[in-house]
Amino acid sequence: MNSGPRRLFAGWGRATWTSAHVAAPANQAELEHLVFEGLEGFGRFVPRGLGRAYGDAAQCAGGLVIDCRGLRSVIDVDHERAEVRASAGISFDELLEFIVPQGYFLPVTPGTRFVTLGGAIASDVHGKNHHVDGSLGAHLKRLCLVTPTGVLECGPQVRREEFEATCGGMGMTGVVVEATLRLLPIESSWVVVDTERASDLDACLSLLSADPAKYRYSVAWVDGLAQGKRLGRSVLTRANHASVAELPERWQRQPISYRAPRVVKVPFSPPFSFLNPATVSAFNEMWFRKAPRKRERRLEQFASFFYPLDGVGNWNLLYGPRGFTQYQFVVPFGAEQALEKVLEKLSTGRVASFLAVLKSFGPAGTGPLSFPTEGWTLALDIPLATPGLPQLLDELDLLVAGAGGRIYFSKDARMRPELVQAMYPRLAEWQAVQGRLDPTGLLVSDLALRLGLTRRESLRHPETSDK
Amino acid sequence: MIDGTGMPETAVVIGGSSDIAAAVLKLLAPRRLRSVVLAGRSLENLVQVGNDLRGVGLQSVHCRHLDVAATASLAPFTAEAVGILGQVDLVLVAAGQLGTSVLEDLGAEDVSSLVATNFAGPAALVTEFAKYMVHQGYGRVVVLSSVAGVRTRKANFVYGSTKAGLDGFATGLSDALAGTGVTVNVVRPGFVSTKMTAGMKPAVFPVDAQAVARAIVRGLETGQQVTWVPPKLRYLFAVLRLLPSPLWRRLGG
Ligand SMILES: Cc1cc2nc3c(=O)[nH]c(=O)nc-3n(C[C@H](O)[C@H](O)[C@H](O)COP(=O)(O)OP(=O)(O)OC[C@H]3O[C@@H](n4cnc5c(N)ncnc54)[C@H](O)[C@@H]3O)c2cc1C
Ligand SMILES: NC(=O)c1ccc[n+]([C@@H]2O[C@H](COP(=O)([O-])OP(=O)(O)OC[C@H]3O[C@@H](n4cnc5c(N)ncnc54)[C@H](OP(=O)(O)O)[C@@H]3O)[C@@H](O)[C@H]2O)c1
Repeated sequence: MNSGPRRLFAGWGRATWTSAHVAAPANQAELEHLVFEGLEGFGRFVPRGLGRAYGDAAQCAGGLVIDCRGLRSVIDVDHERAEVRASAGISFDELLEFIVPQGYFLPVTPGTRFVTLGGAIASDVHGKNHHVDGSLGAHLKRLCLVTPTGVLECGPQVRREEFEATCGGMGMTGVVVEATLRLLPIESSWVVVDTERASDLDACLSLLSADPAKYRYSVAWVDGLAQGKRLGRSVLTRANHASVAELPERWQRQPISYRAPRVVKVPFSPPFSFLNPATVSAFNEMWFRKAPRKRERRLEQFASFFYPLDGVGNWNLLYGPRGFTQYQFVVPFGAEQALEKVLEKLSTGRVASFLAVLKSFGPAGTGPLSFPTEGWTLALDIPLATPGLPQLLDELDLLVAGAGGRIYFSKDARMRPELVQAMYPRLAEWQAVQGRLDPTGLLVSDLALRLGLTRRESLRHPETSDK
Repeated sequence: MIDGTGMPETAVVIGGSSDIAAAVLKLLAPRRLRSVVLAGRSLENLVQVGNDLRGVGLQSVHCRHLDVAATASLAPFTAEAVGILGQVDLVLVAAGQLGTSVLEDLGAEDVSSLVATNFAGPAALVTEFAKYMVHQGYGRVVVLSSVAGVRTRKANFVYGSTKAGLDGFATGLSDALAGTGVTVNVVRPGFVSTKMTAGMKPAVFPVDAQAVARAIVRGLETGQQVTWVPPKLRYLFAVLRLLPSPLWRRLGG
């Protein structure tokens, strides 16, 4: 047993706290030393980035959490190929500060820039452009992975299985130490945004389905508390990168300017959740009315368009001591009824949710555990103290699974392990690769243990009785 | 693992055939619970509870003989339970006896046996499990205390004082565990109609085992440290605690 100091860890939702040892290697050599020789006595380990996964993906009760933030240099930008090679602990925030002034944007970005490259790969993150650009894995050229069985380089052509199992593999195939990412060349650091209100779900879906290639970025913010005729009322924001010609003349001389905006902090966690059905529905009402019925071609900076929530650093504290979860699922096109049913159950259950985010996904990537599959995805934040919530979400899971859909592991804190197989039919294929890279079962996050993603000896004891 | 809604997959139940414990397990089984170790003195009763639980979806039930008053058996039992379950998400301590508090009927043996069953044994056992859970990095302990321990009264002062001891132990332990990922919930029911109170005249605000079970499960969901059942007893006892002794004596018959 190892008896160094420990720290408590939880995900962004602050729902499940477990304690573990921590190590923060400063470079790849230190990390390799740790993984190959320093794991004695820890039992299991898991890599962690910036802890933006909502649930228990980046924690390891009683084991070792490897804080990857020590590995954060940009190694090289290749202008010929529009590629960046960087250490996996670097954040998207740091990457943007480096690449935007040079005329590039990230090919895929989640709704926060405070994620690490490694964490984004492990979740195979998607952005508002999934319907045209796919998930992050589609833009990766090469990875360097430190696994319990050795260091390996992989990519879509080299060791393809290991590469694909790592994209969306939730950190369980090893620690990504470095990656080469194809970038998106940009002319300006502005996006041109069209905003439009939709009065109900049907209207929203038909707007999102019409001419999907017209906008690179497309998302609908849905009022999760609106019921009846107004179910699914939403505001669509859709955008493209602005070319220089689209900018007002006085900006055209300096079309690219990027400064990461200042982040304010919530000073403390209130003893209860500020976000209850009353405050949230008042907010949603105000927000919907404030939104323009239709507004075209408004120029916005990256920060306000891609990262509206990042202005307040730790807004997750507002949910109070019990924390919150995000419910995000995808159902295939054609399963609109399931989508409607889920929204209906959430709104009639008065589950306080700020705006839910609805968008369409394009074809799935190649990762066996990668979340995005073609269809509709909906994501909403829900305070965990809500009475009756666990049973309600269990019901929704069945609806989602029944419609051929799935839950996003990076957001999950509570799904039923029995449904993993149905939602991720390529689980066994992934497990075979994972088992090869980690034959003794050292890589097991709390999420993996809870959902039985990797092997799970401990709970398979036959019944006994000393009668 | 315990999930984000506080639901355990594995549990050790001390006093596995307790009516309250059985009601809790019935609520947890359809949620995330899959394996339990039930412990108590009567294996026959444990097996019966176990059979009912399989009926509501529990995957595996392990019944073990344990007299919680027998201190020497507690460490080996803990090790065995850990071995069976692998991870111990929840320990529910429901063992307890009412005993007698009629002075003429009380011998030294009776008093120390009740102290051992209701306080010393459970406290020692919880210590063993808490230490394991600290090592494990997480865990939830639920201890059945009682309002009888909040202010002891003449009708059941022996029982009440053992609960007062256990209650104090558990709340102190809860603070001692801060920062470890292990949390303790002290449950203080009033009068509950179960086999323990069979044939007795109900006290004020009586509840049934199901009500206590619902409160305990809600306590798991919310991460509560103290749970009163029914909740209004908390306010009642805030007042009762302050009553002058002569008045309390008359009420506490
Ligand atoms: C406000 C907000 C908005 C979000 N929006 C989106 C969105 O639009 N789309 C989307 O897809 N996701 C979104 N997410 C989720 C987020 O992108 C993912 O959870 C991402 O994985 C977080 O990265 P992280 O560095 O914080 O990783 P952590 O949360 O620390 O870890 C997440 C997972 O990555 C693994 N991991 C971390 N570092 C490494 C490494 N170096 N090597 C291997 N594995 C590693 C961990 O083991 C864990 O399984 C959002 C999250 C928040 C809080
Ligand atoms: N009922 C109430 O009004 C009430 C009110 C407040 C608090 N409580 C507390 O709630 C808990 C559960 O009570 P309950 O109402 O469910 O009563 P119950 O049905 O009588 O359960 C008590 C359990 O304790 C077990 N037990 C007794 N002595 C033991 C020992 N030495 N070692 C191991 N197990 C022992 C019994 O099983 P075996 O006999 O087989 O060992 C029985 O399963 C108790 O701690 C009780 O004090 C009850």
